[in-house]
Amino acid sequence: MADYEIPKITGEDGIVDVPKIVKDTMVGSGPWISAPKFQKDMHFATEIEQSEDGKWTLIPNWKEAALEKMDDLRGRYRSLQLFLDICVKCGSCTDKCHYFIGTKDPKNMPVARQDLLRKVYRRYFTFAGKYFPKLVGATDLTEEVIDDWYNYYHQCSQCRRCSVFCPYGIDTAEISMAAREILNHIGRGQKYCTQIMGKVYTIGNNLGLPQRALEDTLEGLEEDVEEETGVKVAFPLDKKGAEVLLITPSADFFAEPHVDGLMGYAKVFHELELDWTLSSYASEGANFGMFIGSYENMRKIALRIRHAALDLGVKRIVFGECGHAWRVAYSFLNTLAGPFDFLDPKYPVPQHVLEITWPALQEGKLTIDKSLNDDMTLTFHDSCNIARGTNIGTEVGGQFDLPRNVIKAVCNNYVDMNQDAIKDVTFCCGGGGGILTDDLMEIRIKGAQPRMEALKEVTENNGVTHMAAICAICKSQFTKVIPYYGFSMDQIVSVHQLVSNAIVLKGQLTEEELEARDAAEEAERVAEMEARKKAAAEKKAAKDAAEKK
Amino acid sequence: MGMLDVNGTSVEVDEEGYLEDLSEWTEEIATAMAAAEDVDLSEEHWDIINFLREYYEEYQIAPAVRVLTKAVGKRLGKAKGNSKYLYSLFPYGPGKQACKYAGLPKPTGCV
Repeated sequence: MADYEIPKITGEDGIVDVPKIVKDTMVGSGPWISAPKFQKDMHFATEIEQSEDGKWTLIPNWKEAALEKMDDLRGRYRSLQLFLDICVKCGSCTDKCHYFIGTKDPKNMPVARQDLLRKVYRRYFTFAGKYFPKLVGATDLTEEVIDDWYNYYHQCSQCRRCSVFCPYGIDTAEISMAAREILNHIGRGQKYCTQIMGKVYTIGNNLGLPQRALEDTLEGLEEDVEEETGVKVAFPLDKKGAEVLLITPSADFFAEPHVDGLMGYAKVFHELELDWTLSSYASEGANFGMFIGSYENMRKIALRIRHAALDLGVKRIVFGECGHAWRVAYSFLNTLAGPFDFLDPKYPVPQHVLEITWPALQEGKLTIDKSLNDDMTLTFHDSCNIARGTNIGTEVGGQFDLPRNVIKAVCNNYVDMNQDAIKDVTFCCGGGGGILTDDLMEIRIKGAQPRMEALKEVTENNGVTHMAAICAICKSQFTKVIPYYGFSMDQIVSVHQLVSNAIVLKGQLTEEELEARDAAEEAERVAEMEARKKAAAEKKAAKDAAEKK
Repeated sequence: MGMLDVNGTSVEVDEEGYLEDLSEWTEEIATAMAAAEDVDLSEEHWDIINFLREYYEEYQIAPAVRVLTKAVGKRLGKAKGNSKYLYSLFPYGPGKQACKYAGLPKPTGCV
């Protein structure tokens, strides 16, 4: 399947032993570089050229531009300046990164990743680094340093697990975002992210799914739900005056098992008689502006949600299952695109779909038949952005409890993975932060090792068959990489897919009734065919008779 | 950016071998792309490729896997209306491999 070594998982205790370091295992040229046509839409540097052998130049004054951007960013973000200054090299973070564990490359230790930027910061912006660079590990900014940045800052998924263990709270994610933002402005943008964001600006979502295709997809889902249940559940699009605007990742319209989750939200809303809508203009929850550290682009994408909410006249904004969308929404939406004083103050702004489903389950507003999920034993993967960047609901730890509560309310069989691999110390799926692209497959596979080990342990010891997630990236990453570890892609499920399986809609047909309906429809179809055949035969006979005359 | 040789003339493709200019697509290009990956296009492959092109013509995007399997089921019978059948034809994933041969842009995002 691949020409590199797939890490071995044992299933012993759910935790990967810290590996001995092996230098330079992940040396490389990094992901595909964003060509000028993609850079342009982001307002990033475009004066780069590609040689015959495919190598891209940097912009002509790259060094000045890089240092200027670094200076700009440390001025904008006090946190960045602090993180660059405050590390004492205690080593606490070194073995906490899934990419280090999976690759053994010491440059994937969080402190080493930070130092790639820190050593340049020291050289140009600190007294000691300017005059005694060797004494303080300061180095000149060279093209080799830029290449290292590009390669290793795209081996960080900005999951922030290391920051949990840092006694000073240094957040490598912020350093990695800043590094990528510097790279954006010297002609080293990442194609995966810029191409996608360009599609958000021109079409409305990461996929490039135009309004008409979205409409057709949603109609198809309505048909599917009706076929399976006999109930007409609406998937409204661009409905003016609806109460709720649902913002969800566009993968929910397209990929498996994401789309099964979308059907779950729709069923819940239907049962609660909630007047909701999707927007074709803001048909994307994801905001890749965060991944590449571009405040301007992150804001531009977030403002689309505000515009859609105002245009449709909704009273509430609800987010579907998407990890970093919820991080951006929960942590920054108000400052990026607020104030939201036009929304109903009785509800949180924004609200997570689990904040609708869980109370509804608690209050008995949904009819649930848990046995419909009895073919599975579930575990739950905490997505990094939700676990370490947000809360869900009003209680402390709600981001861990609400998804588990909902799963347990709709499934009989649930088991948690090793406690050192879940909740606030959860391991990233390996594909977050703009890494979910085919050109980074090796780092994605290796970075998934800690999660795969934890999953293997509960699979072997507790009979777990499926892992649920509430993030589009996690779901796509896992369906793609778990086959390399001996699992199958359909073992990954959406949390609202489980709700969808177990919910019994008002007026839902029983299996016998569905069979009877299908049989009646089939009989009708056959009868119609017969009638048509008969009519055609009669017509032909009449024609033949007329010709004979 | 790369070049794909199609019977002596070269067409521009991106890093993953997708056509840069979608309007350039011909059946010969599809055959050449498949040949480069050691795939011999059968009638079954063409059924899928043709459906993808028709869908793209109408909606300007590749169909979701769900839409594709449903449509294939309707056209070719229920036994073939599943992703297993599609993966048997396009082992690298119907969404990606089949779209490439059909001259469609690659679906991007969290998919």
